[in-house]
Amino acid sequence: MSGLLYLIPVALCLGLVGLVGFLWSLRTGQFDDLDGAATRILFDDVGYTKETER
Amino acid sequence: MFCCGGCAAAKGLIAELGLDAYYTRRQTMGASGRPASDADAIPVGPFVRSEADQAHLDLMVDGLECGACAWLIEAALARDPALEHARVNLSQRRLALTWRGPAEIGERLAGIVRRLGYAVAPFDAERLAATVDAEERDLLRSLGVAGFAAANVMLLSVSVWSGAIGEMGPATRDLLHWVSALIALPAIVYAIRPFARSAFAALAAGRTNMDVPITIGVTLASAVSLFDTWRSESHAYFDSAITLLFFLLIGRYLDRRARGQARSAVAHVAALAARSATVVDADGRTRIVRPSEVAAGVTVLVAAGERIPVDGRVASGASDLDTALVTGESLPRRVSVGDPVHAGMVNLTRSIQVIAERTGESTLLAEISRLLAAAESGRSRFVALADRVARSYAPVVHLAALTTFLGWILVADAGWHPALSAAVAVLIITCPCALALAVPVVQVVASGRLFRQGILLKSPTALERLAAARAIVFDKTGTLTVGRPELIAGNAIADLSLAAGMAQASRHPLSRALVRACPSAPAVDGVTEHPGEGLSAGGIRLGSARFVGADRAGADWHGPELWLAQPGMPPVQFRFDDPLRADAAETVSRLSAMGYRMALVSGDRPDVVARVASAVGIEDWSAEVGPQGKAAAIANLQINAPTVMIGDGINDAPALAQASASMAPAAAADVSRTAADAVFQGDRLRPVAEILEVARASDRLVRQNLGLALAYNLLAVPLAVLGFVTPLVAAIAMSSSSLLVVGNALRLGRR
Repeated sequence: MSGLLYLIPVALCLGLVGLVGFLWSLRTGQFDDLDGAATRILFDDVGYTKETER
Repeated sequence: MFCCGGCAAAKGLIAELGLDAYYTRRQTMGASGRPASDADAIPVGPFVRSEADQAHLDLMVDGLECGACAWLIEAALARDPALEHARVNLSQRRLALTWRGPAEIGERLAGIVRRLGYAVAPFDAERLAATVDAEERDLLRSLGVAGFAAANVMLLSVSVWSGAIGEMGPATRDLLHWVSALIALPAIVYAIRPFARSAFAALAAGRTNMDVPITIGVTLASAVSLFDTWRSESHAYFDSAITLLFFLLIGRYLDRRARGQARSAVAHVAALAARSATVVDADGRTRIVRPSEVAAGVTVLVAAGERIPVDGRVASGASDLDTALVTGESLPRRVSVGDPVHAGMVNLTRSIQVIAERTGESTLLAEISRLLAAAESGRSRFVALADRVARSYAPVVHLAALTTFLGWILVADAGWHPALSAAVAVLIITCPCALALAVPVVQVVASGRLFRQGILLKSPTALERLAAARAIVFDKTGTLTVGRPELIAGNAIADLSLAAGMAQASRHPLSRALVRACPSAPAVDGVTEHPGEGLSAGGIRLGSARFVGADRAGADWHGPELWLAQPGMPPVQFRFDDPLRADAAETVSRLSAMGYRMALVSGDRPDVVARVASAVGIEDWSAEVGPQGKAAAIANLQINAPTVMIGDGINDAPALAQASASMAPAAAADVSRTAADAVFQGDRLRPVAEILEVARASDRLVRQNLGLALAYNLLAVPLAVLGFVTPLVAAIAMSSSSLLVVGNALRLGRR
């Protein structure tokens, strides 16, 4: 049972990483346009914005 | 082949930019997306936000259909050297632009999108986003925290449950309970806020709602579990409490999002409806203002092709007005000095000056607004089914928990602790996970399915009201018909080419129809337009029979017509017709097969209405009905059956608001799109049947889901009352009922 002493913190940390990732993606607006994201992934070529062209 | 010069220009622009790939990427072949005339365009200048050397602009975009549209717009904009960043939001149909340089570039960028065939309108992004997103994001954050805690606590709980069968010692079990408490309690405090807030608000107002038992249940469950953990008892309900919040937050978030989508649809429609007015000051200078800022007595300049922004009288000039949206008449009306004009009419031939008369209570818009307000106050009394269920459900839950508590103490003679545990179990089991998910999931799936077909739902209760409808009332012009005249084929090519060449100089709908029929005709030079009469170029005349000197005696044609007269040749007649939407008859018969009673109510002449009615197969029709008459006709029908109104004109707006539910095509008048519950795009009538079918299907699913949720409660509550519900049983019961309800709702999305 002593394995629990480090397994539980490890599980918690992994969960926290997921939570922080979620909150980060929420803050950077990745949930703002789910319909757009679904189709955008199919178009990988020319000029979306200046950033991708450079 | 192109329907108009604008579409040809858009195709040219697409090819010129090397963006032909757009055509292979389109998923839909919608007929919408005709370039809007520049005359209706709203200046974007006031909406540009500048900071340092960067400028931002947010635009509503109409006509976005799939990812290819987003790609096309972004790729076309990226060719502009000034542009820094362009991003289309397909979910909200918005476009965010950032560029380096002066604010005026915004006009040019908006022009690029317009020329691609999408109508754009600026809007105040900051004001809109602040109110809508804050609450939704807070819910989503709470959802994330609850989800994280629920998963981790469940991990520990599963260990406890499996350990109970094996050889886990009490010390390990207590340790796991303490860790659960450590994770769950802060998460519960964070995630319960949305419910606690609404529960306190309800209690403060002396009412009770579904959030009251939720808040009490979760708080009590956490407190009792903490106490039990401290006393090293074998059960703790931390996992139930946090999982409960997790499921409830999912339902709450989806509900919120459905409302948010409805609200953004309203904002979308409103922004696209905004127009500008050109005011002429006393010194003769002009300035552009919003129509709402025009005071009575001010002179407004209306150029040819513009929409008249205010009610008033013609001060100078003479022209033809397209009154279709205001009165439902399909033919233009001639106006000269002193004639009354109404907001929403389109000035066709010559620029005129209009003196605004907005103070008069008798102006058409004022009267229609009054009718609208009266009709809408009636509709706001509608209470959604889910709210009605929740209203009667909450007291039952409180009563059940209280009875359980007292029953254990009085009847079973138990101590307060097992009595409280049983009461908490009842609160947890009855907590409306499935109930909270039953309606929003269906709504989200339904509105998503409609959105993909270009249909915007503007009201969260629209589906429910649409599903209850048993009768449908159609408007004629612009609803059953496409709302613009088209040439009936049958003229010689040479005549048509000459007439179309002359017609290129005019914005009259009959002229536009000639140009559409023969877009390749060479333009004729030196064309003069005579308002209300026709066009002339040298000795050639195109216009009414009187204008060209044609003999109409014995003519059997009563629809719109134009005559072409050339020197030394007999006059030639062109016949026009406002054609039915291509699938009008088919849709009407489909609706009648679905069991709807249908009626056609129009402001147009009886012979025209009768012809359309028989062509689509509607027996019950009436003609020359005014705005008030239309609303009265709806009210009359509603005595027997909830009625859906479908119309596009300003004269339809009171009827749209009066009806139990209403729809308008995207090309409808501003006030009608605002009054309607659903707005559909495209040149077809099929969306009407589609909306009603989805509404009926989702109503069926909502009722099934509510039934499932109640059945689950009937089964599980007795177990909880008797104290058989351990945390394990509660977890299984809650998850399975929620999954069942969600799975049932997802059936609607297939197809």
